[in-house]
Amino acid sequence: MTDTSATLVQGTLDMLILKTLAPEPLHGWGISQRIQQLSHGVFEVNPGSLFPAFRRLERADLIACEWRTSENNRRAKYYSLTKAGRQKLKSETKEWERQVAAIARILQTAS
Amino acid sequence: MGFWTNLFAGLRGLFRKRQGEQELDDELRDFLEKSIAEKMHGGMTREEAQRAARMEMGGVEAVKENVRSASWETHLETLWSDLRFGARLLRFNKVFAGAAILSLALGIGANTAIFQLLDAVRMRTLPVKNPQELARIAIDHRHNVSGDFTSRYSDLTYAMWVEIHAQQQAFSHLFAWSPTKFNMAPSGEVHNVEGLWVSGEFFQTLGLEPALGRLLNAADDTPGCAPGGAVISYSFWQREFAGDRSVLGRALTLSKRPFEIIGVTRADFYGVEVGRNFDVAVPLCTEPAIMGEDSQMKSRSGWWLASMGRLKRGWTMERATAQLQAISPGIFEATLPEDYNPENTKHFLALRLGAFSADSGVSDLRNDYERPLWLLLALAGLVLLIASANLANLLLARASAREKEMGLRMAVGASRGRLIRQLLAESLLLAVIGAALGGLLAHSLSQVLVASLSTQRDPLFVELGADWRVFGFTAGLAVLTCVFFGLAPALRATSVAPGVVLKESSRGSTEGRSRFGLRRILVVSQIALSLTLLVGALLFARSLAKLTSVEIGFRQTGILVTDIDFTTLKLPNERRINFGQELLSRVRAIPGVDNAAIAATVPLSGDEEIHDILPGTAEPLKDENPTAAFNHVSPGFFQTLQTPLQTGRDFNDHDVAGSPLVAIVNETMARKILKTGNPVGTVMRVRRLSKISGPFEIVGLVKDTKYGDMREEPLPIVYLCIEQDPRQDQDSLIAIRSSLPLAELTPAVQAAANSAHPGLDLSFYSYPTMIEEGLLRERLMAKLSGFFGGLAVALAVIGLYGVISYMVARRRNEIGIRMSLGADRRSIIALVLRESLMLLSIGLTIGVALALALSSTASSLLFGLKAYDAATLAMATVMLAAIALAASYLPALRASKLDPMDALRNE
Repeated sequence: MTDTSATLVQGTLDMLILKTLAPEPLHGWGISQRIQQLSHGVFEVNPGSLFPAFRRLERADLIACEWRTSENNRRAKYYSLTKAGRQKLKSETKEWERQVAAIARILQTAS
Repeated sequence: MGFWTNLFAGLRGLFRKRQGEQELDDELRDFLEKSIAEKMHGGMTREEAQRAARMEMGGVEAVKENVRSASWETHLETLWSDLRFGARLLRFNKVFAGAAILSLALGIGANTAIFQLLDAVRMRTLPVKNPQELARIAIDHRHNVSGDFTSRYSDLTYAMWVEIHAQQQAFSHLFAWSPTKFNMAPSGEVHNVEGLWVSGEFFQTLGLEPALGRLLNAADDTPGCAPGGAVISYSFWQREFAGDRSVLGRALTLSKRPFEIIGVTRADFYGVEVGRNFDVAVPLCTEPAIMGEDSQMKSRSGWWLASMGRLKRGWTMERATAQLQAISPGIFEATLPEDYNPENTKHFLALRLGAFSADSGVSDLRNDYERPLWLLLALAGLVLLIASANLANLLLARASAREKEMGLRMAVGASRGRLIRQLLAESLLLAVIGAALGGLLAHSLSQVLVASLSTQRDPLFVELGADWRVFGFTAGLAVLTCVFFGLAPALRATSVAPGVVLKESSRGSTEGRSRFGLRRILVVSQIALSLTLLVGALLFARSLAKLTSVEIGFRQTGILVTDIDFTTLKLPNERRINFGQELLSRVRAIPGVDNAAIAATVPLSGDEEIHDILPGTAEPLKDENPTAAFNHVSPGFFQTLQTPLQTGRDFNDHDVAGSPLVAIVNETMARKILKTGNPVGTVMRVRRLSKISGPFEIVGLVKDTKYGDMREEPLPIVYLCIEQDPRQDQDSLIAIRSSLPLAELTPAVQAAANSAHPGLDLSFYSYPTMIEEGLLRERLMAKLSGFFGGLAVALAVIGLYGVISYMVARRRNEIGIRMSLGADRRSIIALVLRESLMLLSIGLTIGVALALALSSTASSLLFGLKAYDAATLAMATVMLAAIALAASYLPALRASKLDPMDALRNE
């Protein structure tokens, strides 16, 4: 991780992975790139925490994986959202928004 | 959903490990390649891109490790490999492993054995349907009630049972029962079996099914019935009939009456009494036919029944008690014994019935042994603690030897948690093997325990199967000991800074304090605990010694006690005396018999007879009259027992029915009740229930003897002449003093009896054995606490020896230097002994405090000793100190014989 990148709030990595997988299945590198792009480089995800997160989500039945041949004719492991994963993403997003709004309100009154 | 996915994925990961690893490798390589491609696209050279990508990723192995640790199967795998590694290490250290496993097996085995007994007599419920619905119907807080209490569970009279059965509403079924002994032999020497009298609904209330045939039911129990069907227990069926299925319909002689076997109970049913196993159950209604004149069914003061019922649906114990209390006044009004005086009547009518939870049955064994067993469990627990401390000490020694290995492994990246887990796996292996062996050991140990409590007159049966509680207890012990002896050394071994350990030279010249402190603490606590155990052992041993040397007032050695059972002779009461006289003269004629006498009972046999005394000829009745213990004896009784006659005369042949009534009293009776030093010539009357007999003239004074119990203070005792006193309950015995060996004497007495009356039932007991059996509990406590105390001291001394030897080994250099600077051997010995003396004195001080705090729990089990007995404490302290100093003298001596040059060169 470079100096400029921010550390992720504990527990949000799983949610971000689910979000990036919502439109289409992706491989590991793709997911890490997508997170970096969408956050405009604020979050840079370390493979050391990314791959354990895949294993965790897979075991929780939130994402599924399959081996596909990628653009340049190489075998790559693609992850996709399961039904349970989609529901989880929805509920997590809602919860996250609720919390952020609450924190924002607190910060505003405090200033 | 997630759970199953996780489970199956994990299992796949376990069984197709190579494929999983390959896929992970592929995935990571793919990621790396894409990262490199991206960076080259951004303008880096290939080398730069590769370097940067690797930096970003960190170690590939570390990432893989992280991924693996997100899955449960990996933990299983590491545990397995840790266990295998541990097993390999233990194989290399056979002596260590053997000592560790042996001490754990002994400690856990002893604990489990005692727990198993406690479980069997205290915690386990009866093996019947829904035992929690069972209630014992008995009198709440019964006292001041007189009558004949003839059974182990004399809760009720027959009349009460009839009334309760008719009036109660709380129970769907209920039954009355009474334990008894039946003589199974048609003739000749008595062959007693454990019998039960049961009312009709006994088996139905308990919800039992037969293993064979049918069980007794209400139709079998009709008042006035003749001997008929009998149900036998499974174990009796196996023992006497070898499990023969054609046993149904077979004739069975019980106390000379013909019965027929109609069924066999299931294997797991032993009765409702924990600690005994019944052999034969017969209907309650056969009691008058079997007992004849001695039947208690008609007697309103004969307490011989106990009762149990099954609560109706929706009824609680409280509600049942309330209903029983409501009907109590009517019941006791209706069952009042005829011969009660006003005082007895008042107490009797105030009685109230209650329902008491009986899910674990009834047990007199429980009353006698529950407390000793808990105490023994505590002692065994302390022994296990000491054994664990020893193990911890050994592991600590190994931990310091393995500091280098740990440092190296941490330097190459093992986490501390990982190393601790691995060291704990090794301890767990020891604990599990120890516990498994201990469990096996426990099974035979508890059987030995039960056998040692069982006697010829009072056989015990305890169902000792292992249940989940015993299993849980053993497993819990294993885990607890493992954590106790394994955790501290594991923490210690891994608390090293890798750099420091690897740099350190092989051995310092003096030993630093910090790494050694824990071992000292362990040894100190071992000494303290073993002192406590030693004090306990000495207390019980001295208590037993006091009991066996107590003045009993007679000489039991060389006496054979022969019980005569008159019931089967169908002799009327007044003829029994003549018959006994005839038998006595034949026994006296046997060559080798020095003396013999008839008596109602002998001291310390457990039988008791207590009546009120009215001194003088016309003393009016008071509310509270003095009471005395009674015995009925023939002339020659005191000579036979060798109880000295102080003044006056013994009974003689002129004291017969019709002659003036006479009595002999003991010293306590004379002093406390008759208030005279020489009572010969004084007169008193005796009140049994409402009947007053006498006046008796006192013709002799004998020395005090024990009566019911070895532990009691001398009681006032009155001896009446058996010929002048045809009693209601007429079991008699002959006490025979002879120098003949038992094996010769018994057949001779049996032959004499046969010539007087063929088929007379006799049972023989050696009097010394009988008295010894009265001290079973004390013997057990002394034996086991002695064993535990010895074990504890041995373990503690080994611990101390180990620590001192270790200290000497670590200080070789220092000792070498001291010697080369001129220290002589004596000062080296003093140096080493000072260390052990310090540990010892701290340990002993704590131990004395601990022993004082704990020994009060034992005080109710001690005889003639205070729990804080100064002499015992001093004895234990001196003993332990002497043994411990001797053990540390060996390493001290070895240290003093070091060759200084050798010690210094060996750097």
